[in-house]
Amino acid sequence: MTCRDVNVWYGDKQAIMNVNIDIGKNQVLAMIGPSGCGKSTFLRCLNRMNDTIPVCRVTGNIILDKLNIYDKKIDVVPLRAQVGMVFQKPNPFPKSIYDNIAYGPKIHGLVNNRTELDEVVEYSLTKAGLWDEVKDRLDQPGTGLSGGQQQRLCIARAIAVRPEIILMDEPCSALDPIATATVEDLIDELREQYTIVIVTHNMQQAARVSQRTAYFHLGRLIEVGVTDQLFTNPGHRLTEDYITGRFG
Amino acid sequence: MGNQKKNKITTKASAMERAERNLIRRRRKEDRFRRLSFSAVVLSLGFLVLLFASIISNGWSAFLRTDILLDVHFDREVLDVNSLVKANYGKLVKQAMRDVLPDVTSRRDKREMYRLVSSGAAYTLQKMVTADPALIGKTVSLWLPADDLADMLMKGRIDRDTPESERAMSDKQMQWIDQLIAQGRLERHFNTTFFQAGDSREPELAGIRGAVMGSLFTLLVTLVLSFPVAVASAIYLEEFAPKNRWTDLVEVNINNLAAVPSIVFGLLGLAVFLNFFGMPRSSPLVGGLVLSLMTLPTIIIASRASLQAVPPSIREAALGVGASKMQTVFHHVLPLAMPGMMTGTIIGLSRALGETAPLLMIGMVAFIVDVPASITDPATGLPVQIFLWADSPERAFVERTSAAILVLLTVLISMNGLAVYLRMKFERRW
Repeated sequence: MTCRDVNVWYGDKQAIMNVNIDIGKNQVLAMIGPSGCGKSTFLRCLNRMNDTIPVCRVTGNIILDKLNIYDKKIDVVPLRAQVGMVFQKPNPFPKSIYDNIAYGPKIHGLVNNRTELDEVVEYSLTKAGLWDEVKDRLDQPGTGLSGGQQQRLCIARAIAVRPEIILMDEPCSALDPIATATVEDLIDELREQYTIVIVTHNMQQAARVSQRTAYFHLGRLIEVGVTDQLFTNPGHRLTEDYITGRFG
Repeated sequence: MGNQKKNKITTKASAMERAERNLIRRRRKEDRFRRLSFSAVVLSLGFLVLLFASIISNGWSAFLRTDILLDVHFDREVLDVNSLVKANYGKLVKQAMRDVLPDVTSRRDKREMYRLVSSGAAYTLQKMVTADPALIGKTVSLWLPADDLADMLMKGRIDRDTPESERAMSDKQMQWIDQLIAQGRLERHFNTTFFQAGDSREPELAGIRGAVMGSLFTLLVTLVLSFPVAVASAIYLEEFAPKNRWTDLVEVNINNLAAVPSIVFGLLGLAVFLNFFGMPRSSPLVGGLVLSLMTLPTIIIASRASLQAVPPSIREAALGVGASKMQTVFHHVLPLAMPGMMTGTIIGLSRALGETAPLLMIGMVAFIVDVPASITDPATGLPVQIFLWADSPERAFVERTSAAILVLLTVLISMNGLAVYLRMKFERRW
């Protein structure tokens, strides 16, 4: 995925300025930066979730598989199936665990019958490391799970529509350290099949899970590079100040 | 150094003192407020109890009706087999009355005596004979409705101590009633007529069924029309419409419509539905149309509020897996908002049920004896029936008015109970 000259406005206020970034296949890209710097806004550009905000305007090119996703001919529905999303707060549908996973494949017509659907549900839950915990209670509401389980359920729900890219917006901010560790391990495993873009406030987390890290500051992309390098030898003053905790 | 420390302590102490004094004042204020609000609740509960006590004490007796036991001889001479419908059944009733009170001889007294039986007794006999002609020639003991005055005397609503000239009932009639009571021929039975009959000029024959059916048909039309339209417009305004000056204007006007006095809707119905479209006058169809106009804004506002209450995270989740806008709304948002919409609808409908003014304008205030069988038959509604009865001069209509209010309140309370039940049953947490 390639992003060129991406600008985002909320009304008159510019939230993202001229961001150019490449997202490598089967890599984890972490986006860090102080609050309000535009990480989440930028993330939401990648599957056009910003379309739902009426005052939001996006310019520039975001190329996925040689197609500009902001092209007028592009339909957002298949795009969002291709680029899945996991949100900050776990938001399972108030339905059964099974229906939570099955919903995506059903509306996209990815399955022909019940057996295939069962397979997709089992596959997705296994991938998300949740199958063993919930296989006996698939008919129970997804909202009855613990916070960490709910978040993994949301990841499984994203996987179920077979995306290429999974966007994660601070997926662990509402979780305790143990649940966070589980999700981080999961991200590491998922990297084999999917490209992942994760927004996080936790620099250790960025260091642990990502291959490349991007630092945002007040709507600008300050620096992007290999994670180890960025954390040990940042190329920009602002990055250094941020990761050493001098501000932010 | 030491001096400074001392200073600090004294200021601290005085601050504490001041806070304490302040605390007493604050507590007193809180006490006063609590007592005030408590007495407000007691006051409103008191009024409610007073209302119910007065309605129930006035109305409960309407559920009982005084009947007279008469031995009716179905005389062959009176009943001509060829024209059973037209036969003089009143004659049979009169004969039976003479048999029961044989001492009454003068013509005038007899006429007064006949008045103790309801004029509906003859119709009861007519119905019996036309249903079963084999009765002709036999003598049968029957409980026939007594006149409303006899009924009132039995219920103690006529004061025996007032002088005869100021009383609706003569001394003689009272005497005869006492004789009938002594013979065991006057008894109070459960008033089935009240629940089975339509309106009547005779209180003892008047029933609430016509009004109940009229109200039911009207509500049915209202529900069928207003619920889908209101939900659809709420969904459009809340989920699909662009937020601009036009939608703001629409929103403001919906709120305005909710505040329009109902009689205005009645006039609109008269002008548009009756005069322009020529729909049947006094019919539940037109009543339902007018009440739909009135309930629509209420339901739209309630539906929009319950759509707004659905957390945005659910919408994002659905959009995030690639659901289209419409799928998001119909698969996820609407099911979660439904309980709130249904509650709003039922509240709107119970308001419509209690509405009188618009029905007056479209002719649902007419005196209608037949129980309506469809939405195009002439009908009245429950509140209109209450209005009509409250307007009637007969003493016996007082208790029937209260009884009709009881019926209306029962329907209203059970509708609100249903709203609470639906909300509890379908409410889902997230």
